[in-house]
Amino acid sequence: MSSHFFGDTAVLTGRSLRHITRSLDTIITTAIMPVAFMLLFVYVLGGAIDTGSDSYVNYLLPGILLITIASGIAYTAYRLFLDMQSGIFERFQSMPIARSSVLWAHVLTSLVANLISLVVVVLVALIMGFRSGAGVLAWLAVAGILILFTLALTWLAVIAGLSAKTVDGASAFSYPLILLPFISSAFVPTDTMPGPVRAFAEHQPVTSIVNAIRDLFAQQPVGTDIWIALAWCVGTLVVAYSFAMVVYRRRIS
Amino acid sequence: MTTDSAIHVQGLEKSYKDLHVLRGVDFDVARGSIFALLGSNGAGKTTIVNILSTLLKADAGTASVNGSDVAMQAANVRESISLTGQFAAVDGILSGRENLVLVARLRHLESPGTIADDLLDRFSLTDASARKVSTYSGGMRRRLDIAMSLIGNPPVIFLDEPTAGLDPQARLEVWQTVRKLAENGTTVLLTTQYLDEAEQLADRIAILHEGRIIVNGTLAELKQLLPPAKVEYVEKQPTLENVFLAIVGADGRNGAAGSDRASARTSEEQR
Repeated sequence: MSSHFFGDTAVLTGRSLRHITRSLDTIITTAIMPVAFMLLFVYVLGGAIDTGSDSYVNYLLPGILLITIASGIAYTAYRLFLDMQSGIFERFQSMPIARSSVLWAHVLTSLVANLISLVVVVLVALIMGFRSGAGVLAWLAVAGILILFTLALTWLAVIAGLSAKTVDGASAFSYPLILLPFISSAFVPTDTMPGPVRAFAEHQPVTSIVNAIRDLFAQQPVGTDIWIALAWCVGTLVVAYSFAMVVYRRRIS
Repeated sequence: MTTDSAIHVQGLEKSYKDLHVLRGVDFDVARGSIFALLGSNGAGKTTIVNILSTLLKADAGTASVNGSDVAMQAANVRESISLTGQFAAVDGILSGRENLVLVARLRHLESPGTIADDLLDRFSLTDASARKVSTYSGGMRRRLDIAMSLIGNPPVIFLDEPTAGLDPQARLEVWQTVRKLAENGTTVLLTTQYLDEAEQLADRIAILHEGRIIVNGTLAELKQLLPPAKVEYVEKQPTLENVFLAIVGADGRNGAAGSDRASARTSEEQR
């Protein structure tokens, strides 16, 4: 590893952050779909859903935040794919820089872009009546989980961006991730689901992550959910990172 | 021979699955010379350039650039080269100046802003420096692309089909830049499928065909391969290029671009 790793990563991150500030529409489109879901579920469907909690927007927000991240990382794959296509990736790789900083710059940019989108969605939720008495530590814990989840999905996006053949392929991988919260405890309690669906819903990562965040917001004891949530996030992160590195080595050798 | 040459390639082989693209390529490029690699599409020119610029690993054979082995001392090689790929590898969302500053920063140079301004001036891009590169014409993108490659004065430069898709004037401009590079001692490896380009620029020309270098020599040597010239009387017709350049004016771009070039010329005179 070159001694320039941090400097090079900073320079390249600055570059891709400019891409975001110059096309703010990517932040807005990332936030629009989750906000639309939130409006739809709170004001149209929510009245008929019995979650056992007083405020449906409080119940719903954790799942909406995960959908925000799942749609946000599609842009990470898209930006990486464009770099591969335009030849600028090769230009960077043929220069005397720490080569892996090209990927890390995209990962850090993804983190920043998703955090901005998350803040936008939380602000909309506040306007719609979301309230939490959670303290600083609980908020930090929520932020920590969301950052881990973003990192895990971002490395998945890196795999897609590096291996895609078309622009559509680079972002299509995110659709199942966006749909995953629908078969979880994000919108409705899992009790009413039929056997196999319920079994799937209760054992997929979104449910434990959503439950952990919901309990943190509601100042309830989080129980084992947070550990399962962390295990899912870290596990996905490690597996996705390893696969991304394999694909990356194949692309640069 | 090898100590003297900036690029040394021996027995290079590379296959993509069943496709045996390079079947033992040998050549040397002398320091400060322009070497043209000629070949049709798919002959493997880009594969050679990618191996030499450490983007691709060869299956067999050795290659060294500026005295460093491309496989074993890749980091040293990257210190001494610049790659201008087949497609202008510029960042369309950044401005021209930002692109140059970016590369100067990545090469860990001091005062990247000054370096950028100097190159913008040399390549007649000062007026467009603050504009997004996605609004540039093909020729402007290529000029910026080459300017980015010159940052840090690498001793060896690879130009992979540098004039593909350019109009005649832009092509002449690129040629001028390449000549100036060689005058200043830079070694240039150029790939092209335009025969006149090799004829105009190269000190040595190699023809890559079916995975091997089948001919390698100066233009004069290559010409001797054919039967001696016969004297025939042919009415000299202007080529379409002559006509085009005469009507449009060899350097008469329209409006602002024309004044660009004028300012470039004065800056050259000052130097």
